[in-house]
Amino acid sequence: MTKTMPKIISCLLAGALMLGATLAHAADTIKVGVLHSLSGTMAISETTLKDTVLMLIDAQNKKGGLLGKKLEAVVVDPASNWPLFAEKARELLQKDKVAVVFGCWTSVSRKSVLPVFEELNGILFYPVQYEGEESSKNVFYTGAAPNQQAIPAVDYLMNDLGVERWVLAGTDYVYPRTTNKILEAYLKAKGVKDDDIMINYTPFGHSDWQSIVSDIKKFGSAGKKTAVVSTINGDANVPFYKELGNQGLSATDIPVVAFSVGEEELSGIDTKPLVGHLAAWNYFMSIKDKANDAFIKQWHTFIKDKKRVTNDPMEAHYIGFNMWIKAVEKAKSTDPDKVIDAMVGIEYPNLTGGVAKMLPNHHLTKPVLIGEIQADGQFDVVWKTKDLVPGDAWSDYLPGSKDITADWADPKIKCGNYNTVTKQCSGQNYE
Amino acid sequence: MVSRTLFRAGLTGLASLLLVLFMPLPVQAADDEALRAALTQLREADFSEKAALVETLVGMDHPRVATILNALAESRLFYVTETSRIVIGLGDDVEIAIEDAITGEALGQAVKRDLDRIRVNNRLRSLIENQLASLGLASADPQQRKAAVEAFLRSPKPEGAARLKARLDVESDQKIQELLTAALALVDLTGTDAAARAQAAKALGGWTQPEIRGPLLRAAAEDSDAAVRQAAQTALAKTEFRLQMLGWAETLFFGLSLGSVLILAAIGLAVTFGVMGVINMAHGELMMLGAYTTWLTQQWLPVNWSLPVAVPLAFLVAALVGIAIERGVIRFLYGRPLETLLATFGISLILQQAVRSIFSPLNRSVATPDWMSGTILLGPLEVTLNRLVIIGFCIAVFTLLWLALQRTRLGLEVRAVAQNRAMARAMGVRSARVDALTFGLGSGIAGVAGVALSQLTNVGPNLGQNYIVDSFMVVVFGGVGNLWGAMVAGLSLGVANKLLEPWSGAVLAKILVLVFLILFIQKRPRGLFPQRGRAAEV
Repeated sequence: MTKTMPKIISCLLAGALMLGATLAHAADTIKVGVLHSLSGTMAISETTLKDTVLMLIDAQNKKGGLLGKKLEAVVVDPASNWPLFAEKARELLQKDKVAVVFGCWTSVSRKSVLPVFEELNGILFYPVQYEGEESSKNVFYTGAAPNQQAIPAVDYLMNDLGVERWVLAGTDYVYPRTTNKILEAYLKAKGVKDDDIMINYTPFGHSDWQSIVSDIKKFGSAGKKTAVVSTINGDANVPFYKELGNQGLSATDIPVVAFSVGEEELSGIDTKPLVGHLAAWNYFMSIKDKANDAFIKQWHTFIKDKKRVTNDPMEAHYIGFNMWIKAVEKAKSTDPDKVIDAMVGIEYPNLTGGVAKMLPNHHLTKPVLIGEIQADGQFDVVWKTKDLVPGDAWSDYLPGSKDITADWADPKIKCGNYNTVTKQCSGQNYE
Repeated sequence: MVSRTLFRAGLTGLASLLLVLFMPLPVQAADDEALRAALTQLREADFSEKAALVETLVGMDHPRVATILNALAESRLFYVTETSRIVIGLGDDVEIAIEDAITGEALGQAVKRDLDRIRVNNRLRSLIENQLASLGLASADPQQRKAAVEAFLRSPKPEGAARLKARLDVESDQKIQELLTAALALVDLTGTDAAARAQAAKALGGWTQPEIRGPLLRAAAEDSDAAVRQAAQTALAKTEFRLQMLGWAETLFFGLSLGSVLILAAIGLAVTFGVMGVINMAHGELMMLGAYTTWLTQQWLPVNWSLPVAVPLAFLVAALVGIAIERGVIRFLYGRPLETLLATFGISLILQQAVRSIFSPLNRSVATPDWMSGTILLGPLEVTLNRLVIIGFCIAVFTLLWLALQRTRLGLEVRAVAQNRAMARAMGVRSARVDALTFGLGSGIAGVAGVALSQLTNVGPNLGQNYIVDSFMVVVFGGVGNLWGAMVAGLSLGVANKLLEPWSGAVLAKILVLVFLILFIQKRPRGLFPQRGRAAEV
């Protein structure tokens, strides 16, 4: 029926549904929670993800909904405030009784909502690349684990570009610190000396990069090929790249490979001085694939702006959402326990080719791509893994987590942190 | 190292030069085919095959080679599947104009996503840049000659030495002469003659470029001849000393530049907080408005002209908003600092959310004009132009503000009201009008600071928040109500921050500066330059 309606009316309808969520409606709709910051520092990145979920719900409803019911989005704004994330999550699960939640960006916000989801037995789809060292029964991690982003990127630099000296630069919080700990251990295992690793942390929103860039320049002038591995997050990237450009540090001298810089972040910068710097992701907008072309077209139609870009976390939500649909159809119910059991093993095609599969540790198989920044703010893929890489929740390079695995499918284990040596499920998280 | 932009510009210049040089070649038709064949291969090739093809292209005598290679290095070379043509794209929009790569014939518009881009990676890009640059050794433009020698430095090959020697004999530019000598010494350093090696090592002392310092380091450690090692070590000591001096000068410059940003952010506040005693938490948002004004002017004007226009506009916008805030809210709250603080904090949130609703929460991209990008040599020190311009701008704004307060009637009235409101009113000064104008002046300067900040940091709704604490820090440290205090405080905090940063890290440096400030305020609550007299007691 909706198909015959003009587009505007259906959009209005979706908006009306969203706003006027009355109890009368609740019986014939399935509610989907959207927990992304729409104000505050993270609004820059998270608003786009909210729109992505709304677009996916809209498309699913046009296809006839789910289990004969319409989907209904419940959007809340946790305002980049970490404790507020937990409150809003509780509100979604207890008051709105949503069947599933798509949300969070920073690891802090995820850690903040985790106890709520475990206590109330909700389902969270988390779409951003993160530091690993976690696996919860109630969370599906559709972004990359370190072995699906950081480690392959370092391998590329080492093997293909012959990098021998490393600068690990990051923002001072949990994701960069854990990732750099893993990378440092990995580099040392590969025989890199202490002298050849420089680690640098900066506060959130750091804007005066002069001395750090100049230090990197000096560090890189020792006659060995040097690269910067950047876990700098959010706004701080713009002045960092500007300063790189200004001090004439081009990608041919010292390449910077970033894990948190995507198309969205680059759309706020003049990228001409940055051509050739790298980023490692599991999705790039520039990849030519039928599914990707269709997704971009769908996005442009939905957002009514042909200049908007797509990025990796958007693909993660796309895959996560469609996997959830499949799991609900398989379980014939939205009951969390049934859906969680049905999720493992579900497959859905990636936007860039290959098929993503939900693993027993609640992570995905993903292709790893390395792209170089182009003058138009897009990335050109210069390297990709031959096969899909299965996400590893617990890093093999950290002493504490080497023996830990996560498996929610094996009835004998059913645990997010199972120690393969002591054969025990410790039931606690490792930092 | 020559700045990238200049280098790129040089390459483009070179391309046109080559075009003119090779124009009269008679065998073009045959060459077109060879070129087409090579280009078609380029599409399917992997990166190492592409590198070989680039070498082949450089060897071809065809007028379009330099243009094509430039386009390739800039990722503007595309393949059109329907017509199986190789084309060059112009521009960075979603839809771009294209021209045939071989003939240069214009082919109209195309949607970029439909074209097949010929990919390059960093290694290929630097190969192309080096190849193109090395062609410029005989160019009339000294920039291109310099780029050519620098390209040689990056990959010194003994075969190229003869050409450099020939150039050295006719070179007139002294800087390039020195660079050529160094390049030749670099070749000698890897030669077989030990005496020549020692001589070369000696000549290379004091050159700080990594391309020269690297081989010298290797010679000092690994050379088979003891005399050469000795010479290299002596030369290195000279280099290291120079590097250290440069390092200090650089830190000082960084400190001054950070300081000038702090001053710009703070002097507006020094007027509103210092002179009027109003704690304006929305000061940061006024800067944000200035930055957004810059962005708006860039939407209408070419980038190179936008900044001079944006400065007065930003002043006006921020000043008007400031006056509106003063007339609408603050004037009812004079003498009640806590309420003022809360009210202005509320205003700051309103302004932020307004910007978020009007312009979207995404950051806006403010381009840097050409005359502000790249680096410039200040004596031996290479400094970034944008920072230098901002230091100059800061001095200009400070001077103007100082003149305005000291030499104009408004300035006189402002000082009079600040010193003794009742007496000033008795003398016929309309204190309400003065209050509004003073607040407008302080706000306008915040707007102007926003123009400068738009060149350094993100232009987004949160811009103001990042600077408000720093601004208050500077004003309190310098002594409330004192412009010179703000100046000295800004500079010293900037330099202190930059001195600490290398050994403590950016996070700790900020904390240390803050701790120092707290201790300092304990000792001297009125800051560096306290205001004297009765006004200070109010």
